[in-house]
Amino acid sequence: MIHFNRFRLTNGLKVIVHEDSTTPLAVVNVLYDVGARDERPNQTGFAHLFEHLMFGGSKNIPFYDEPLQRAGGNNNAFTTNDMTDYYIQLPAQNLETAFWLESDRMLSLAFTKKSLEVQRKVVSEEFKEHYINMPYGDAGKILREMTYKKHPYQWLTIGRELSHIEGAQLEDVKNFFHLHYNPSNAILVVGGNVKTEDVKEKAEKWFGSIPAGERYERKLEPEPEQTAARQKETTANVPLDAFYRNYPIYDRLDHRYYVVDLITDLLSGGRSARLYQSLVKDQQLFSQITCYHYGSLDAGMLTIEGKLIKGVKMREAEKAVEEELRKLREEPVEKRELDKVKNRIESLIAFEDSELLSRCNSLAFYELLGDAHMINQESERYEAVTPDDILNVSKEIFKPQHSNTLYYFSKQE
Amino acid sequence: MDRKQPPIIKNAADFKIVLPDCKHFQLDNKIPVYYIPSNQQETLQLQWIFKAGSWYESTTSIALSANKLLKSGTVDLSALEIEEEIEYYGAFLSLRCYHEIASITLHCLEKQLPHLLPLIRTILTGATYPKEEIALFKKNKNQALSVNTKKSEFVANQLIDTYLFGSYHPYGRHSSHEAYDALQRENILAFFQQYYAHNHCRIFAAGKLSKTFEQQLNQYFGDAWNEKKSLLQKKYPIQPALEKKHRKNITNSEGVQGAVRIATPFPNRYHPDVPKLQILNTIFGGYFGSRLMSNIREDKGYTYGIYSSLNLFAKGGSLMIQTEAGTDICENVVEEVFKEMDRLKQERVQESELHLVRNYIMGSMLGALDGCFKAIRYWKNLIISDLDEKHFYHSIDTIKHIQADEIQELAQKYLDEEQFYNLIVT
Repeated sequence: MIHFNRFRLTNGLKVIVHEDSTTPLAVVNVLYDVGARDERPNQTGFAHLFEHLMFGGSKNIPFYDEPLQRAGGNNNAFTTNDMTDYYIQLPAQNLETAFWLESDRMLSLAFTKKSLEVQRKVVSEEFKEHYINMPYGDAGKILREMTYKKHPYQWLTIGRELSHIEGAQLEDVKNFFHLHYNPSNAILVVGGNVKTEDVKEKAEKWFGSIPAGERYERKLEPEPEQTAARQKETTANVPLDAFYRNYPIYDRLDHRYYVVDLITDLLSGGRSARLYQSLVKDQQLFSQITCYHYGSLDAGMLTIEGKLIKGVKMREAEKAVEEELRKLREEPVEKRELDKVKNRIESLIAFEDSELLSRCNSLAFYELLGDAHMINQESERYEAVTPDDILNVSKEIFKPQHSNTLYYFSKQE
Repeated sequence: MDRKQPPIIKNAADFKIVLPDCKHFQLDNKIPVYYIPSNQQETLQLQWIFKAGSWYESTTSIALSANKLLKSGTVDLSALEIEEEIEYYGAFLSLRCYHEIASITLHCLEKQLPHLLPLIRTILTGATYPKEEIALFKKNKNQALSVNTKKSEFVANQLIDTYLFGSYHPYGRHSSHEAYDALQRENILAFFQQYYAHNHCRIFAAGKLSKTFEQQLNQYFGDAWNEKKSLLQKKYPIQPALEKKHRKNITNSEGVQGAVRIATPFPNRYHPDVPKLQILNTIFGGYFGSRLMSNIREDKGYTYGIYSSLNLFAKGGSLMIQTEAGTDICENVVEEVFKEMDRLKQERVQESELHLVRNYIMGSMLGALDGCFKAIRYWKNLIISDLDEKHFYHSIDTIKHIQADEIQELAQKYLDEEQFYNLIVT
């Protein structure tokens, strides 16, 4: 059971306090309700580029990192298709430094030309490092474009192409800030060796005077149901053939989300899971294969990806994967196997919850979903899943006409 | 309210940081057990450490194979049965092999421990290394290697270690298709029997530990399992490359980014300069606000990240700078790295920067010791290096009291451009 207190400032900022007196540290986590899904199709990668700019100095504080490091703290941030999260960990005695820094950049950035110029280059290098220079680095992009025709999940957080990042202008940066970075679009979580009353006082002092701004109303076109299977082939200078298969799944608040999550674990939640046992060990068609999803807030996707053993035919590998999916659709899962993946989840949650930073991140995430209390209800939701649920949901998601397949061939040298 | 005015900070460098207490007992067979209990959680971590790293192998990748294939079968259990049992109880069993040591680490809920201890006993005492499992391991390792050797970072990491230590030295040699193809069951099994003997084992535990924890461990690991063996001490000469500058192209000019590695040898982890050098390294390239990051990322935007690190082993080590950057600017990056080295040699670090770094390191130290899992990791690193808490308090003391001219002296001693290998892989 994770305890917390919750209140709201008059400007709309939601604040959650998680007291833990066993640590000398404090965590300050600020989550903004903006991600790559809020970008325009001709200006992708912007939410993430913006995350970098948040470290380029704010209205009254020219350097963000320096004073934080001087206070013994460190920080990081991440951007997903759904949200942007900034977090600080520092000695609890210096908590106020974190309030000072975070409130000033929520108030206003410095918007310097230099920062934009440099971070455009840094992000371009990040793009190259992870998506161009990496073998199979473009597979994720191709899969998203195949799976989504309307919804903005069709591009990666890093952006659809380098030119979108290279072309970002200071005016765009300012507009983005005013649209998304204000108290009514943010959640503040303060955790660790802190007291709620003190946090209340500091939150009022530093964040209370920031203008509320307008709550951003998201109007995204939902992805229409797929009616026919899609296939694509690509060839690149990679050593092995690879197989990718995508299926649309539900949104994060759908009760079937938990069923899908357990299905991915049945398929690849460990060495004893089905895909590894059948395709890597018994049939030896793949040297490596996994199944995963991103836990996206809007309807997401489930991906199966594997590298074929040299000499194995793509068609043969595909058939073997499909056979595993057929079993899920047609044969009820044994109780022991279902218990196994539930036990895994129970354990994973317990390990996540033993980290202060992870608890604070989770509280912010569930508050974004609608209610921080969900953090304490997840285990029950997994526990409630039955073999029938697995069967029924497998039938729905693994429909042949919902499949998106990418055949990634190694260039013959 | 004046937002330009920062809140008053408490200097982390003035904190009294205490190394959390680590308890200790011995099993009946003399295996030492180190542990840090916590009643804040339901989870625990249990680790078996052996002197079974690559240092002790006679052929490349034998130590790795003996470690990674530990759970691939026993007389009574197949690999699948072992994996199913571990996973059924929601546990995670990870196997790692380093230069000096190899480890088996269990993460689980405390309530499941009684189911898992007998299983680990079975694996540790009865691994049989089935032939077909070895064949599969070889095949999949070879496939993974062929993907990795397309990555400039991977190739650069392999090459730089070979330049530093020579291709025969355990710190310098690396996996290869030939080595994987040459793996033989008899060699792996012999290595297991020699180096996974109980007299080479140490146990580290943290988290929720029941009252009967000592008894439980003794029941399953307290007897004379895996016959006592002597540790064969091996000596390897370090044979560094003569040429300092290396440029490799692995992608036939298709790559848009190159991997840069700049490194110099350093004696070992016991060298008296280590605590001070850690601080010089932090200033130079050890954190986000470092000289290298400020110049090469935050000022010039050449790279997503650039770091320097002190890699310390029992019988060697290195100071290494690493980054990935656009192929057209890799040479500029190398130049800037050497410029930053030179600046540390020529100019004394300002008091303000030193103050920041002191606080930053002390704050990080608080983080590195927060919670029983992190604390046991810190202790484990001390103990397997034959160090104790004196080393910790000496490091803290050094952080608090080091002066700018000491840092400059160290820079002059260690940041000598001519002693650095510099490598670009594109």
